[in-house]
Amino acid sequence: MRLCLEARQLACERDGRWLFHGLDLILGAGDVLRIEGPNGSGKTTLLKVLCGQISDVEGQVLWDGRALPKARADLLANLLYLGHAPGIKAHLTAMENLRWYQALAGHRCSDRELGAALAEVGLAGFEDVVASQLSAGQQRRVTLARLVLSRHPLWILDEPFTAIDVDGVSALEQRLVEHAGRGGAVLVTTHHALANVPGLRRLSLSGPAREVA
Amino acid sequence: MSACSTDVEPAVVAVKEAGAGLGMALWATFQRDLVGVARRPADALTPLVFFAMVITLFPLGISPEPERLAWIAPGVLWVAALLSALLSLDGLFRADYEDGTLEQLLLAPHPLSLLVVAKVLVHWLTTGLPLALMAPLLGVLLALPQGSYLALSVTLAVGSGCISLIGAIGAGLTVGLARGGMLLSLLVLPLFMPVLIFGTGAMGAALSGGEWLPHLAVIGAMLALALASAPLAIAASLRISVHG
Repeated sequence: MRLCLEARQLACERDGRWLFHGLDLILGAGDVLRIEGPNGSGKTTLLKVLCGQISDVEGQVLWDGRALPKARADLLANLLYLGHAPGIKAHLTAMENLRWYQALAGHRCSDRELGAALAEVGLAGFEDVVASQLSAGQQRRVTLARLVLSRHPLWILDEPFTAIDVDGVSALEQRLVEHAGRGGAVLVTTHHALANVPGLRRLSLSGPAREVA
Repeated sequence: MSACSTDVEPAVVAVKEAGAGLGMALWATFQRDLVGVARRPADALTPLVFFAMVITLFPLGISPEPERLAWIAPGVLWVAALLSALLSLDGLFRADYEDGTLEQLLLAPHPLSLLVVAKVLVHWLTTGLPLALMAPLLGVLLALPQGSYLALSVTLAVGSGCISLIGAIGAGLTVGLARGGMLLSLLVLPLFMPVLIFGTGAMGAALSGGEWLPHLAVIGAMLALALASAPLAIAASLRISVHG
């Protein structure tokens, strides 16, 4: 198998309005693609379509040359998706939250690895603090620790920079670059410029959906 | 497809096929939910306290005479247990839905219908089973005659398994609604009726000195049917709620 996410002639209509139509997209190893557009232009919807969460759209999504929903299981096995909500359980500690995600993905991790990942995102010393006592930014960082441990080739990130401070933003940008360098692919929606990401591809959803230079 | 070149791909991030690690995911989800209940025991205790409160209302509201209470006791205990379990069902998926972990569960590379069984099992262990163990104590309060306590506990334990499974379908369907609790009751109460009929039937048989095991066998058959089919329905209902 190889990393290849493709969309062919995608079109999605909501409440009598086209969010996007005639959208073609190919994402392969080493790509970082930013989806742009004003609020309500369908960025999140597009991400959900591309990972098979929403299927009532026209057109096709293909993983490794095979169309969803048939290829869905294989796509999900290779996908790390971070949505709007941080996906952190308030009554579990940072460590326990992370451990559940790793187990869900089928990755066995030692406590040392989990601790190192939390330290990497600036949460050293907060391993055993329940998430409800962490700030919004710190909760978001627990989510980002999943990226440190991730062995998934494809990352789909919906506004990952929300509530992250300046240092965190540049560290996350660096992480996206590294992931692409290792042969991964990143699909991201954000209002940040991502100025430090070389070879950044951009797809604009304002007006007709197309890639911009 | 030429844009997806494979030649230059350093195989550090390996693309893999689906299907490994299901057991680990199930165990982690089971453990996570159990820890959740242990950290917030109030959520699990509420249905039990509700059960006890409802039962204490009957001697006050009807009559403290043991003969009369003994006559209504089986039905009252069963109905109160049903309503207590119903009370806890609304929260089964709600917290997960609100904090975004349900979405992540749906995106896990495992069959959702199996992952939800782990959640339902925790619900039964922390609601249905304690209700079944507590029921004989409350039976004393209603002057339930000797000899039917075992039947009460066992039928409630098996029956509440059906209730957790069937109720989870309704909980999945209403999780996206702001006030889904009332709708949930309307959806699943009719489905609880067969369990109630055979549950109280077993009690009636035990009280009249007859065989209650055949009734238990029917409830067991319902549980087997629910175990086989409800997980698929729960998974489908969650997909509808989360993805619209």
